[in-house]
Amino acid sequence: MLPTTSLANADVRKVARLARLAMSETEIETARSQLSGIFDLIAEMQAVDTVGIVPMSHAQDVSQRLREDTVTETNQRDLFQSIAPQAEAGLYLVPQVIE
Amino acid sequence: MINATLKQLSAQLAGKKISSAELTLLYLDRIAALNPALNAYITTDAETSLAQARAADAMLACGSAQPLTGIPIAQKDIFCAKGWRTTCGSKMLANFVSPYDAHVIEQFNRAGAVNLGKTNMDEFAMGSSNETSYFGAVKNPWDQNAVPGGSSGGAASAVAARLCAAATGTDTGGSIRQPAALCGISGLKPTYGTVSRYGMIAFASSLDQAGPMARSAEDLALMLNVMTGFDPRDSTSLQRDKEDYARDLNKPLAGLRIGLPKEFFAEGLSQDVAGRVSEAIAEYKKLGANIVEISLPNSRLAVPVYYVLAPAEASSNLSRFDGVRYGYRAPEYTDLADMYEKSRAQGFGAEVKRRIMIGTYVLSHGYYDAYYLQAQKIRRLIAQDFAEAFQQCDVIMGPTSPSTAFKLGEKGDDPVQMYLSDIYTIAVNLAGLPGMSVPCGFGANNMPVGLQIIGNYFAEAQMLNIAHQYQLATDWHSRAPQGV
Repeated sequence: MLPTTSLANADVRKVARLARLAMSETEIETARSQLSGIFDLIAEMQAVDTVGIVPMSHAQDVSQRLREDTVTETNQRDLFQSIAPQAEAGLYLVPQVIE
Repeated sequence: MINATLKQLSAQLAGKKISSAELTLLYLDRIAALNPALNAYITTDAETSLAQARAADAMLACGSAQPLTGIPIAQKDIFCAKGWRTTCGSKMLANFVSPYDAHVIEQFNRAGAVNLGKTNMDEFAMGSSNETSYFGAVKNPWDQNAVPGGSSGGAASAVAARLCAAATGTDTGGSIRQPAALCGISGLKPTYGTVSRYGMIAFASSLDQAGPMARSAEDLALMLNVMTGFDPRDSTSLQRDKEDYARDLNKPLAGLRIGLPKEFFAEGLSQDVAGRVSEAIAEYKKLGANIVEISLPNSRLAVPVYYVLAPAEASSNLSRFDGVRYGYRAPEYTDLADMYEKSRAQGFGAEVKRRIMIGTYVLSHGYYDAYYLQAQKIRRLIAQDFAEAFQQCDVIMGPTSPSTAFKLGEKGDDPVQMYLSDIYTIAVNLAGLPGMSVPCGFGANNMPVGLQIIGNYFAEAQMLNIAHQYQLATDWHSRAPQGV
């Protein structure tokens, strides 16, 4: 099944929600038209025969290195929290999640 | 002094003809004078730069200097530098002061180089004109109504305008080579995995690669000597012996086989660029090279494949910006989800949001195989094209960009037109190969043209040799824009 390249506003709204991006109805409409143009560009690759081709995820096809499970980082909580939007008593503050 | 090569500057510093503090001040004064018009730097910090310069002078005095000790280098604002504001060209990180150094920054610090400031760039390196920066567009010093290219546009503009001795850039789809071409300087994207990505703010991790931007191939070699090296903190960093990239600069080119991909000289290439590239090839023939016609049949698919893979990886990488631990948080919100959505909507610019949306869509349920997996398969076909081409030639040449620098605002409304300006550079990133751009003359409106040189894996020293021999025979690389 090939995906459709003509997007509906509902598709764009759903993707915006998945991407955690607030969007107004006007922005949804602009995004729909621009994304459709980009998907037309991308559509060219659907016709290519890739049967039997192994996907290439990494240019050098190297495998991930492993290391000993030992502590390598020192605790720098105060430094890291000094750049947080809101932190208090060593905790990052966010709106209440659990009632 | 501002036209001196890195080697000459190093000799001047070693011979006490000038101190690093004096040299750094010279550049800081030039930045103060010219940057208001060019907007090449986002952040400078004279006090910190001069402290580094004085430390370098102490190293020089006690005889522990290395080749780049005391030399002022501009760092792209994508590299985290401890104590420096590191914005990545985004409102999201406008107030982010990095608590740590990128590996590249550590390497320059170890070498005793001076960090002259952080250069402007397209937001999160997403752009080909430097117009997506939250901190405003960068101007091309050859024509201030034209773009410098992107995403390393600030670095290219700064090198061309002599606002630094050399600069760093990063290249995901052409972001070193295209701005180097458009600003008339030299730039090199190394083999993927050669320079550590640790502390380099991620865009598309399987494609991102840092590299040097400078006024000559010889300078690039000295920069590359400092930037490369294995780093266990980057899981894709390659374990290889340290090499001297300047070792082959003086080899003769007789017998060199240059491959010209017919796809790079087809429709879409402007006449003036085609003309200058042909003249450069003719110069190489005079230097003893032989020309081989080659084909990269899948290269036409590079742009579509890139605009699936890069946004997919970006949408994942940029999910970390949520307004919780660092970066921008919206001033008003109702609950946690609303805080995420508003912080991201307000903190990211239009192009970044566009690519996050593309990436989220192609990775979403039901579309993964048709888009992402298909793109990865075609990526292998593109890499295989290059492998076959390198059976017939030692190096591949062609244009870096289909045209010279376009005007500011010219392609702003049409993302697809903007994406096509990287048509000759993207395939190189997909294959993970090294690529570079060197100035090869001037096109319409007297704007610089770049010659692209693509090498086989780990052929950087050979490519620098090839570029250096051309720069000994021509003087395009030493031309400076008026008024600098």
